[in-house]
Amino acid sequence: MSGKDMSAYWKANVSLLIKLLIVWFIVSYGFGIILVEPLNAISLGGYPLGFWFAQQGSIYAFLILIFIYAKKMGELDREFDVHED
Amino acid sequence: MELQTLTYIVVGLTFALYIGIAIWARAGSTGEFYVAGKGVHPVANGMATGADWMSAASFISMAGLIAFKGYDASVYLMGWTGGYVLLAMLLAPYLRKFGKFTVPEFIGDRYYSQTARMVAVICLIVASITYVIGQMKGIGVAFGRFLEWEYEYGLYTGMAIVFFYAVLGGMKGITYTQIAQYVVMIFAYTVPAVFISLHLTGNPLPQLGLGSTMADGSGTYMLEKMDQTLRDLGFAEYTAMKGTSFNMVLLTLSLMIGTAGLPHVIVRFFTVPRVRDARASAGWALVFIAILYTTAPAVGAMARLNLINTIQTGEIGAAEGNLAYAERPEWFSNWEKTGLLKFEDKNGDGRIQYYDDKNPEFAAKAESYGWQGNEMVKVDRDIMVLANPEIANLPNWVIALVAAGGLAAALSTAAGLLLAISSAISHDLIKGAINPKISEKNELMAGRISMAGAIIVAGYLGLHPPGFAAQVVALAFGLAASSLFPALMMGIFNKKMNDKGAVAGMLVGLSSTLIYIFIYKGWFFIPGTNNLANTPDNWLFGIQPESFGAIGALLNFITAYVVSKVTAAPPDHIQHLVEDIRVPRGAGGASSH
Repeated sequence: MSGKDMSAYWKANVSLLIKLLIVWFIVSYGFGIILVEPLNAISLGGYPLGFWFAQQGSIYAFLILIFIYAKKMGELDREFDVHED
Repeated sequence: MELQTLTYIVVGLTFALYIGIAIWARAGSTGEFYVAGKGVHPVANGMATGADWMSAASFISMAGLIAFKGYDASVYLMGWTGGYVLLAMLLAPYLRKFGKFTVPEFIGDRYYSQTARMVAVICLIVASITYVIGQMKGIGVAFGRFLEWEYEYGLYTGMAIVFFYAVLGGMKGITYTQIAQYVVMIFAYTVPAVFISLHLTGNPLPQLGLGSTMADGSGTYMLEKMDQTLRDLGFAEYTAMKGTSFNMVLLTLSLMIGTAGLPHVIVRFFTVPRVRDARASAGWALVFIAILYTTAPAVGAMARLNLINTIQTGEIGAAEGNLAYAERPEWFSNWEKTGLLKFEDKNGDGRIQYYDDKNPEFAAKAESYGWQGNEMVKVDRDIMVLANPEIANLPNWVIALVAAGGLAAALSTAAGLLLAISSAISHDLIKGAINPKISEKNELMAGRISMAGAIIVAGYLGLHPPGFAAQVVALAFGLAASSLFPALMMGIFNKKMNDKGAVAGMLVGLSSTLIYIFIYKGWFFIPGTNNLANTPDNWLFGIQPESFGAIGALLNFITAYVVSKVTAAPPDHIQHLVEDIRVPRGAGGASSH
């Protein structure tokens, strides 16, 4: 793999993970803590929304983020021909 | 069947299973001993990671913590799960590509420095030993509560079981027993939760039950009912924030970074065959962890509501509104015997009053009812999980299962930590520093001996827990967050990070965090040696000591960056090493150099 490809692959990886970490930050620190009070005015069934993010939603979001990352990286690996077997 | 007999049978069967696995999964090489031969399927590794991660505290204490702290306990729920996102994206795949055996080994090679490796060994041992004490205590306590054994005998039995599969099988034995332990643990946790959710809300899924209406036909939502019930008795509302959002953010961040930096968790990702398996495996680990972590809030809230409803049977303030002590249910007297519940009839009316007597407004009202203080003088938070099946009138086999689950949680985490400690000793200290020419056979023997030694030390500390045992979890996370995580992350993401930067960063992160905790909690946690009272007015910028790990990590990053800018860049072969770990192709099997 050439140096140019290598740095393009790495840049694509870093930009993907920054996007995902922004979501990671917003769902937990944003919705679950900083904005919890305004969000609690909205309800999700019997859950105040902010409370739901803090005790349920952020965990589901973390899960989805990891699987998106794994899938997208699998595609990137193939695109740049650095995948395993 | 008698509960005691049933508990012996269930616990005995699970132990027989662990021993059977140990015999089947013996380790024949150092690769198998340290990293299970790097042949663990990502889903299986995810399950093992779940058991490795979820300790006696997660299983027994967390729901109780949530029950009594309500919304504020969300920091633990988010903090102990969000770290897996960091692991999956920032550490696990690259460390797997590096393809060696231990975390200090990566730090030593990447920073071409024996000093860096030894600093990492010290951080690892301090963090892991402090953590393992709690697990040892958990084993003794679980035996004591469920089988009425003396604490020591419970502890010795637990040590013997761990000894058997960890010394014999190393990481390979630990991995497969952890998978079995996960199954036992999650079954034991969710079965009572499903029954309680069904009983209170009519919804079998606790995650949905907590957001549903009560099954009593009132149409009130469970959480509304909870807030109302607590408010009526003078307690703080369940869903409201009691602390400050600033400290919640910092504590959550410290726990997340600490989770990602704990060596016994990181090494689990060394055991999968490929880089892409490491990414997916972090997701699977979180799936298995989330099953328990999303159930825990429901268990906590529902158990607390059950407890209050048991005691406050009628209208608040009415003469017959409170449960008569003589008519208390059987589980109440059972748990009184263990000292986890304690009642004191302060106003001598023979009835139980449970309310917040520290709330001046409500205390005044309570006085007018003839109440003279909260009479439930002790409600240990562990009771929320331990007594749950009895409170919900579940059959005896479920109670027996909870005993086996608590033991599985403590044993699996203890084994993971002991492996991290023993591989740091046999691989990083003995092979890495003292005798690099050691043969594989002898290193494997050294690994087994270190493991046996680590079990004995952990057992000794479990028998004679130092006074600071309760404080040390915060310390373990603070250390991992402020020392190991930044060094690992910069090793991957900053090609120019050099040996001096990394060592300076680790030392600054480690010492600033230790000093900040010691100033408020006492030097080495010795009572009375703290320089400042541990109160919010004394905290620097209002930062509580438990939350300082994130600040320590920040100081580590800054120091490392500045020092690396003014000292020589790393040699070319190191920069090539970094380029190499950034791409997946070429990750082979285990290599020992």
